[in-house]
Amino acid sequence: MAETLLQVKDLIKEYEGNRILDGVNLEIEQGQVVVVVGPSGCGKSTLLRCINALEPIQGGQVILEGKTVGKDNLEELRQKIGMVFQSYDLFPHLSVLDNITIAPIKVQKRKKEEVQAEARELLKRVGLEDKANSYPRQLSGGQKQRVAIVRALCMHPEILLFDEVTAALDPEMVREVLDVMLDLAKQGRTMIIVTHEMQFAKAVADKVVFIDQGKILEEAAPEEFFINPKTERAKQFLNVFQFD
Amino acid sequence: MDIAFMTKYLPMYERAAVLTVKIGLIGIAFAILLGLICAMIQYHKVPVARQIVAVYIEISRNTPLLVQLFFIYYGFPKIGIMMQPETCGVVGLAFLGGSYMAEAFRSGLESVAKIQSESALSLGMNRAQVMRYIVLPQAVSVSIPAFVANVIFLLKETSVFSAISLMDLMFTAKDLIGLYYKTTESLFLLVVFYLIILLPVSLLGTWLERRVRYAGFGD
Amino acid sequence: MLDLGIDVLFKGSNMLRLLSGLWVAMKISLVSILISLPLGVLVGALMTVKNRVVKVIFRVYLEIIRIMPQLVLLFIVYFGTTRALGWNLSGEVASVIVFVLWGTAEMGDLVRGALISIPKHQFESSEALGLTKRQTYIYIIIPQTIQRLIPLSINLITRMIKTTSLVLMIGVVEMLKVAQQIIEANRMTSPNAAFGVFLIVFILYFLVCWPISMLARYLEKKWNIA
Repeated sequence: MAETLLQVKDLIKEYEGNRILDGVNLEIEQGQVVVVVGPSGCGKSTLLRCINALEPIQGGQVILEGKTVGKDNLEELRQKIGMVFQSYDLFPHLSVLDNITIAPIKVQKRKKEEVQAEARELLKRVGLEDKANSYPRQLSGGQKQRVAIVRALCMHPEILLFDEVTAALDPEMVREVLDVMLDLAKQGRTMIIVTHEMQFAKAVADKVVFIDQGKILEEAAPEEFFINPKTERAKQFLNVFQFD
Repeated sequence: MDIAFMTKYLPMYERAAVLTVKIGLIGIAFAILLGLICAMIQYHKVPVARQIVAVYIEISRNTPLLVQLFFIYYGFPKIGIMMQPETCGVVGLAFLGGSYMAEAFRSGLESVAKIQSESALSLGMNRAQVMRYIVLPQAVSVSIPAFVANVIFLLKETSVFSAISLMDLMFTAKDLIGLYYKTTESLFLLVVFYLIILLPVSLLGTWLERRVRYAGFGD
Repeated sequence: MLDLGIDVLFKGSNMLRLLSGLWVAMKISLVSILISLPLGVLVGALMTVKNRVVKVIFRVYLEIIRIMPQLVLLFIVYFGTTRALGWNLSGEVASVIVFVLWGTAEMGDLVRGALISIPKHQFESSEALGLTKRQTYIYIIIPQTIQRLIPLSINLITRMIKTTSLVLMIGVVEMLKVAQQIIEANRMTSPNAAFGVFLIVFILYFLVCWPISMLARYLEKKWNIA
């Protein structure tokens, strides 16, 4: 059995008196791809933000490689967690190459030449080798998201978090981003993906987690979840995506 | 116009202009520093300090520099705070300019989307690195138009320094008008010297504004 | 307790004199504001016309007025006209002339800015709804312009009020001058009066300007103009 990389224990998140996450427990093994689905506002994005400690939590723990994420090891652990947001998170004042290399150089104190070479190599793999010197505003939405993925990868994270990375994209650009993610899954990366793309979820996931109203209602293999959901809520949720 | 008169008193104007620029620049430098500190306090919502900054900004922005200067120059010595006119000028300009600069910087800082600092944090940067590499560079370019306008505004405001017996351009002009009745010549030189000081700043500002404005910020 | 000389103001009619000094400054600002706001609207509107010559003329006027310190303008009008044109302007009249010239330029720029900031699609969508040009202006463009303009022009008013403190320098007896006179007259009996009296002057200016600034901010928030 593979070892547990990330563990979320009894996580509670409250905001202005509302309970957004209500005792969430989740384990992710090395090399596993976990897809989190659920209706809008169910707390799935908040879960990712709490794992990366972008939101203060009111209860529970996030444990990465046996260490609890806390104030004193925040920056260290965040380096091991790569995150890609819905949109607009590239730094507009930096070129694509600088966007990717700034954190490895300034945070990890790695050599500029080495990081730049790696960045170019990664850009090549996502088909953007010619965009290294462009600025974010010169890229399409899909290109921007691919750069954001490369930026996260260049930090050599143990785990990648994807927060609805295709939700703000034009339909014809969704595919190019999802392909990159599929590729990463094949390489054996550990990933947590929040998405509304059900076909993609089915194809990429080792495990599907269904969240509703701040609670995990189902946790199952994709073929099981999509064909035989156990709860009524999950059935209703999946029905929304059926047209026939 | 009496050209001979003008050449004769040109050095006097030059000295006055140097004084005006010197006090203006030192005052503006302190105003920038004060403004940065205030903007940081407000941006990071530092308790107590934040309220003090808010009160300071209201007071500074809602009173004229001349009144501030009179209070500092004539009033402060009565409670034991004595300052040279030059120092008063610098202090007054910094007190006035600090609030204007703070507002310019604050609006710049606030214009940087929250997701920018979040994605920088998620890359493992600490607060200081986020500020230095991600937020400040973007904030600066947004602040530039207001910043330049403030610099010009503050340089113009230095014209009241003659009221606290600083021998600046206004003082010189008034002196010459009073002494020799060479009104046209004195005023002409006054305008020319102010143009020499203010025009380059204004042109530089326009140029800077065009340069730093990146289109379609972030999307 | 440390004597700060505030008591000087409660002697005789001193406080009343100080307030009448404030009133002199306020009168100059009020008259200038009342003249320059409508003139500024006119200038601002003229600056958006297509005519090149008109545009250039107003642009030059605006730049000249705005780059010069207001005190320099006061000197030019007060001392300069006496010499060049032989007029003998009082300080008050010279002040009003300068503040009207300056206020009109600033207001004109605000109006121009507000007019050109209305996005083109506002015109287009009104047209698409079948509104006539006149109706478009009356119901769509002008109300939006006014919402943008009012907070900005209120700010201009506080700037003009603050700037009236300068008229002291061309011999107008306003609040600062009265303050100096009071301090001078009580030099022997109340040597610290400079602190107390100038503190009160400071506070009075704040009390005049602050509520106006607050109103501008309130309106800005209410109409949510970025």
